[in-house]
Amino acid sequence: MNLSRRHFLVLLPAAAVAWEHVLAGTPEDSPNYQLSEHWWGMLIDIPKCIGCGNCVRACQTENDVPDGFFRTWVERYHRMDTHLENPEVISPDGGKEGFPSVPEGGEGDYFFVPKMCNHCSDSPCTQVCPVGATFVTPDGVVLVDQKYCLGCAYCVQACPYGCRYIHPEKKVADKCTLCYHRITKGLTTACCEACPTGARQLADLKNPNDPIHAFLKTHSVQVLKPQMATGAKAFYNGLDGSVR
Amino acid sequence: MSSLKDAGHLFRFAGLFVIAFLVFWIVRGYVVPKSFGQYGHYRAAAMGEIAAHPMKFAGHQACEACHTDIADTKTKGAHAHVNCEACHGALANHANDPTSVTPVKPDTAVLCARCHTASAAKPKGFPQVDPAEHSGGVACQTCHNPHSPAIGADTSASAATGGAR
Repeated sequence: MNLSRRHFLVLLPAAAVAWEHVLAGTPEDSPNYQLSEHWWGMLIDIPKCIGCGNCVRACQTENDVPDGFFRTWVERYHRMDTHLENPEVISPDGGKEGFPSVPEGGEGDYFFVPKMCNHCSDSPCTQVCPVGATFVTPDGVVLVDQKYCLGCAYCVQACPYGCRYIHPEKKVADKCTLCYHRITKGLTTACCEACPTGARQLADLKNPNDPIHAFLKTHSVQVLKPQMATGAKAFYNGLDGSVR
Repeated sequence: MSSLKDAGHLFRFAGLFVIAFLVFWIVRGYVVPKSFGQYGHYRAAAMGEIAAHPMKFAGHQACEACHTDIADTKTKGAHAHVNCEACHGALANHANDPTSVTPVKPDTAVLCARCHTASAAKPKGFPQVDPAEHSGGVACQTCHNPHSPAIGADTSASAATGGAR
């Protein structure tokens, strides 16, 4: 191509603008991380959860979550033999300090269910944001841009799983980031790191070698509220029908 | 030209419209962040800002790089898949500066009980005890090495001796 001096001068600022776009938004300290190569989710293995609350404490430590607010929490279900659709659910302080003892000889079944942002691929929360402050990243994580958020709390109301809150000091929406600062550097999330039984496992659905694929083939796995078509990516193994 | 004789006010209005549009375009150029719209209707630079959040948990890979003896002990026992910071807490500070930040050993009376106190809500196969009845107040690590808890297991690298030397 024969590029004249005049055309070259025109192209130069255009190239500079384009390069600036390439640089913007690159996660710091992770130059090898490719957004297009990942699609993140989480596997939650209910039969492994012992309700120790390690995940809740780890999340609060890692992400400076204020007291009384939770990006992840653990619920204890008590499903009676008769009213299957009306379980008794408790989560004292998010399960952070464990649970009261189960009454002896109690009827029905008791089990723990860890909850967190489902990082939905068709998320209701991102659709209602009036200013583009919350979004699904190209690698499948639902994030909040806290510099852009107005704190209107539309998203808090829209989330069918109750996974968002308004930060009491920042007055903006806050939620699980799937430890975006860790997974973009090749580490697992703080909750997965702290879980002693492997009841939580970070899953990269675009990685063909991720054990999630074999797990999904061999287990009956469900998401929460599938009727809402949120494209939830928190996959629950052994999910009881009474869980809401 | 007679058709445009009385159209002056239209041209003035059009001129005003063009000026208003240019002002809007210039102001918009300054107000809208550069990365807005790069991937969608949001500020792509926010991803980088969130990814820059400091870590508190170092990750077991960082621990195992120095504490190889503990890692070896762990692989043989029932706690092989329990990550270091599940019990020892967030220790990225220690991993970044091992000499000046010394972790405090967890209190086994609290720590072990957190997972192993019997409850009907826990999975049936999970080892559970009534701590008072099981030990009668004796500290757990008197009999069990927390890194390989079965009694009679390899205790040469017990918790009491610490890790990296």
